Amino acid sequence: MAEEVVLLDFWPSPFGMRSRIALAEKGIKYEHKEEDLRNKSALLLQMNPVHKKIPVLIHNGKPVCESLIQVQYIDEVWHDKAPLLPSDPYQKATARFWADYVDKKIYEVGGRVWKTKGEKQATAKKELIETLKLLEKELGDKPYFGGESLGYVDVAFIPFYSWFYALEKCGNFSIEAECPKLIAWAKRCMQKESVAKSLPDQQKVYDFILEMKKHFGIE
Amino acid sequence: MAVVKLFGAWLSPYVYKVIWALKLKGIPYEYIEEDLSNKSPLLLQYNPIHKKVPVLVHDGKPIYESTVILRYIDEIWPQNPLLPANPYDRAVALFWIKFADDKNPIIAKLYRTEGEEQQAVVKEWLEMLEAMEEHALIGGKKFFGGDEINMVDIAFCMVAHWLGVFEDTAGLKVFEPHKFPQVSSWIQNFKSVPIIKDNLPDTDKIVAYLKRRKEMLLTSKSN
Repeated sequence: MAEEVVLLDFWPSPFGMRSRIALAEKGIKYEHKEEDLRNKSALLLQMNPVHKKIPVLIHNGKPVCESLIQVQYIDEVWHDKAPLLPSDPYQKATARFWADYVDKKIYEVGGRVWKTKGEKQATAKKELIETLKLLEKELGDKPYFGGESLGYVDVAFIPFYSWFYALEKCGNFSIEAECPKLIAWAKRCMQKESVAKSLPDQQKVYDFILEMKKHFGIE
Repeated sequence: MAVVKLFGAWLSPYVYKVIWALKLKGIPYEYIEEDLSNKSPLLLQYNPIHKKVPVLVHDGKPIYESTVILRYIDEIWPQNPLLPANPYDRAVALFWIKFADDKNPIIAKLYRTEGEEQQAVVKEWLEMLEAMEEHALIGGKKFFGGDEINMVDIAFCMVAHWLGVFEDTAGLKVFEPHKFPQVSSWIQNFKSVPIIKDNLPDTDKIVAYLKRRKEMLLTSKSN
């Protein structure tokens, strides 16, 4: 049976990027549909009625929602190529923990860096660096979080790298100065075609953030 | 034989999720009660990042975050599976587990918030109940897991048991059974399962504890 795969997406979304990377790693052909989040398509509302959010992966007409669940689903269904999760249950648990940690921390804390100013922003910057340092420690001397090859945590985390430039400009700080090993890891990931093709240009993301700031009336 | 230890706290729904999973699979374990106001060095050593319960230690290796623990348990001990075998059905189950997991920290604030903040929490509760009623419990299933409970049922345990506790502590009624008939049936079914029924913390005990804690929190806020 022909596989029909559609991804409902929005170009700057780090969550959408995760699924793009996973699909590319597995060499899956899919239809990419860009959503206008101010005017969501009937398809999106039908496929994700609970949250009405992207990304939504539609496989043979059936929706899978939540980016990390999509990555796990892609890994299970197309299991014969480029495994993303380890097979050992304990290592799997560790990978799930760190992907969950990225989910809970990076987006929210990063958001506060560009949405706030003054003391609130200073606090957000400090928290972000602490979070990144913890992840840097977990990476250790491995080339990837997944070990020798790109894995689940790498896919969960690398999309946020496309936002680093914007956060640095908004917060007037350097992430590389604080977390050089992490930036080295990010650049290593970017050398992979699946990642390079899935992440938007950092300047473009910065321009997008500036527009959002104007829209929300943030200085 | 590998030893299984569980670090827990008597009133935490997150801990009960792990207890139920272990009992459903018939896994013997040693339970260590933690005093959350005075955490043991062992707990802090096993979970240095979040310093929370539950922590499962299997063969000397710690696992934390209740859903991560549950998935680990399900993989190590495959009897009485807690997730569907089919990848798509599993993805749907994981969606609802994440839904419940994301809501839990917010809805737990019901008993210790007031005014506008509490109203916002009530709104979250109602959104969750509506989503369960309209989208999750379709087809009049007995449990999210079908004829037997699974990880999704376990994930919604706050709705089944702790909602009543929070309502009593806050002196506030949020759940009106006639508005959520499917959720109501599910709660009754869930709490009738022997392993659940026999392993639930005493409601009065938690309410008394939370009332004291709420007073302490409100006193320290006004000081």
